[in-house]
Amino acid sequence: MSVVPAGTLYRGKVGMWSWVLHRISGVAIFFFLLVHILDTALVRVSPEAYNVVIESYKTPVIGLAELGLVGAILFHGLNGVRIILVDFWSKGTKYQNIMFWIVLVLAVGITAYFTPGHLERVLEF
Amino acid sequence: MSVQIEIPNSPRKQRVTNWEKYGWLYMRISGPLLIVLIFTHVFVNLFTGEGIKQIDFAFVAGKWADPFWQWWDVAMLWLALIHGTLGMRTVINDYTEKPKLRTALVGTLWSVSGALILLGTLVVFTFDPCPPTSNPDLLPSFCEAIASS
Ligand code: HEM
Ligand code: HEM
Repeated sequence: MSVVPAGTLYRGKVGMWSWVLHRISGVAIFFFLLVHILDTALVRVSPEAYNVVIESYKTPVIGLAELGLVGAILFHGLNGVRIILVDFWSKGTKYQNIMFWIVLVLAVGITAYFTPGHLERVLEF
Repeated sequence: MSVQIEIPNSPRKQRVTNWEKYGWLYMRISGPLLIVLIFTHVFVNLFTGEGIKQIDFAFVAGKWADPFWQWWDVAMLWLALIHGTLGMRTVINDYTEKPKLRTALVGTLWSVSGALILLGTLVVFTFDPCPPTSNPDLLPSFCEAIASS
């Protein structure tokens, strides 16, 4: 009996998806940080200029994007710890799979816990 | 005449600094520090009090009146931006085939990051919480005491 090949997708398992998510979240946070340093720099222009721009962070659309940012930073940071453990901890490779699911549950869980309060502030019914 | 041959299994001599190794290590040392710095930053600014609603000039002035938060933010700025830049460099190296394009992109990346690190550092340390000509309503409450003294 012949063995069915796994397909051209790189393995397609936890190792691949954690890498894809880590990369996308890292790039997204990087671009946020570029903008964030510029918006913070407005405090040196005038209080008015800073407040006007920061108001946009309190609108519904950007408010929703902030949930994505919180989720991304949680996932990237916690998965970063997982990568470090795989590299330096003797049992890291043995537990890498379960560690991925712990990372995912924590990232989604903490974001979900934060969501209602934040939505109340940015949506204002 | 005899030919001198190196012992095949002798360790390779490392003559130049292995920057790739230090970059790799930097990612793994800055990571845990960034967890503490960034998670606290987002917790204080977004999760506690009025969350995003509390952010305005007076809020920033209140934080940066304390050198503790000034240094906190500067450490976060340097560590995060260098970490992000090294990470973006890896991404660029993965997707560019032409050496010239790669050099141009990585050069641009470091220029932008360097400029923003400089800007961010200057902003923190030249910050004036009570700019004299500003509307007092937008300033932190402690400015009144300073103005009337
Ligand atoms: C939506 C979430 C966020 C909000 C509302 C926010 C808000 C702020 C505010 C109000 C400041 C001014 C000073 C202070 O409060 O300490 C600041 C500065 C700063 N934030 Fe954030 N932040 C957020 C997310 C992040 C993230 C994810 C990072 C890291 C990638 C970050 C990195 C920084 C840095 C480096 C500074 C200092 C900038 C400078 O030196 O000019 N922030 N942020
Ligand atoms: C919250 C704490 C963080 C931790 C624990 C962390 C950890 C890591 C680790 C371990 C790597 C892998 C490095 C390698 O394979 O050599 C990595 C990659 C990366 N990080 Fe972070 N990081 C954090 C925050 C950030 C921030 C704030 C940014 C953006 C400014 C960022 C952007 C990136 C990028 C772009 C990559 C490259 C991804 C790739 O090669 O696929 N990270 N991070």
